[in-house]
Amino acid sequence: MLRVVSGVSLSAERGQVTALLGANGAGKTTTLECAQGLQKRSGGSISLLGQDPATAGAELRSRVGVMLQDGGLPPSARPVPLLRHIAGLYAHPWPVDNLIQRLGIDTFSRTTVRRLSGGQKQRLALAAALVGRPEVLFLDEPSAGLDPQSRQLVFELIGELRDSGMGIILTTHLMDDAQRLADYVYIIDGGRNVAEGTVQELLQRGPAVDAGADHVRTLTFDAKPGLDLSGVLPDDVLVLEERAGSYTATGALTPRHLATLAEWWAAHDVMPAAMTLQARSLEDVFLDISGKDIR
Amino acid sequence: MNPTPAGTAPAAGAGAPARQQPAPLLRRILLQGKYEALAMLRNGEQLILAVVLPLLALVGLTVTPFLDGLGPSRIDVAVPGILALCAMSTAFTGQGIATGFDRRYGVLRFLSTTPLGRGGLIAGKVLSVLVVLCLQIAVVAAVGFGLGWQPTAAGWVPGLLLLALGAAAFTALGLLVAGTVRPEATLAITNLLWILLGALGGIVIPAERLPAAAQQIVGLLPSGALGEALRDAFLHGALNGAASLILVLWTVTAGAAAIRWFKWN
Repeated sequence: MLRVVSGVSLSAERGQVTALLGANGAGKTTTLECAQGLQKRSGGSISLLGQDPATAGAELRSRVGVMLQDGGLPPSARPVPLLRHIAGLYAHPWPVDNLIQRLGIDTFSRTTVRRLSGGQKQRLALAAALVGRPEVLFLDEPSAGLDPQSRQLVFELIGELRDSGMGIILTTHLMDDAQRLADYVYIIDGGRNVAEGTVQELLQRGPAVDAGADHVRTLTFDAKPGLDLSGVLPDDVLVLEERAGSYTATGALTPRHLATLAEWWAAHDVMPAAMTLQARSLEDVFLDISGKDIR
Repeated sequence: MNPTPAGTAPAAGAGAPARQQPAPLLRRILLQGKYEALAMLRNGEQLILAVVLPLLALVGLTVTPFLDGLGPSRIDVAVPGILALCAMSTAFTGQGIATGFDRRYGVLRFLSTTPLGRGGLIAGKVLSVLVVLCLQIAVVAAVGFGLGWQPTAAGWVPGLLLLALGAAAFTALGLLVAGTVRPEATLAITNLLWILLGALGGIVIPAERLPAAAQQIVGLLPSGALGEALRDAFLHGALNGAASLILVLWTVTAGAAAIRWFKWN
């Protein structure tokens, strides 16, 4: 038996966006498909709206919307008839005309699925998942292939759906999306969840934060390779040469730290070629937890 | 349907129906059957396979001597075989290819997460096959009558039942192929078998016109059994029990195999 996921434990609430983060092959989609009843699990338990999705019937499926990673839409179909067909499977669907307008599908309503752009397909797949007015919505990589305008539109809609009380569970490997959308985050690695919390809670994690800092920031600068920066900044600021000539200082950075570093540069005749100061991001947390090796 | 103001998300709380429900089962199946049947009828390649090629074969059999001496006229022997060919075209080749590509594109997975579910999806496919088969029967019968077809009146009831049984056997076989191999392989296998069984499988050319060594085998094939049973029905008004049993066995065996080995993704 192939164990793809073993040791994942998570819960998602109504009125929240719950994100599953992980590298490619981490087990996000498998976890989601087990929760949707698409894959049989060999062990463990899953409760979706109080029922086991592996054995539940049409009543449960009518309360759950699913947007698959590959869309799952027939290539020869046109958007509007397809949405009307899917809407007909529900007793109280979302009015299709309204959904078409809301997601901008009217701009490509006469084009077959196979001729749609990646972003258009994503919007149509989202509409197909929403047309049943679900209580729980599963989104597998919802922003893949979206142009900035579509991304904004989809993100706004997800926010509205959450505010209306819908429970939304999404997978993504785009950390910016998760940081912007998610109320609660699970990080999955090697088929098990390795960290969880709100975005703020996760941002507080890491070596510098463990030392007691509240506001973790990262200073990145490029300079000549091989600088010996040990002892320049206090121990609660982690200084690394990530690659030749590219340095990061992570921790509770204060103006005093920046001044100290600038004084050291002046004393050693170092002029940084580029310099940025960033708050610690979810991507930093993710890389800290799951490592930087290519999967 | 509860209208939702444009530009707003559907409220899961106030103002919305308390809980979503699936549409009634029959409605879901009828909707899916209609959707699949229309998709089949709008597909040019499927139409060629389902209507054009059988009609060409029908005309071809009436102007060649292959069927001479097997019945009152060439057309009387030809039409039952062409009806059997229609069942194979739609239920096996057409449905198999469509299902194979639906599987490739994740359509089966997506629809199985909706209230339709896997059972409703299969029922919808069977219904669409029956709808298209009815249209094929109407077209072939009309052309047959135009060419002088005179079926035995008593043959219609067993003939139509056998066509439904044949469609069930071929649908099960089509789903078995579509659910177990890649769509490109499904395309190749179902088209190749359509040609082989159509020409040499006893479906339009009766077994007695095939080489002696092939006759026993052909009678055991679903194509041979359906062709033979339909000729017995429309030429003699008789129900061929042995051929019917063979079709039932194919349906049950292929259906069980499809349930066991069909992969949804």
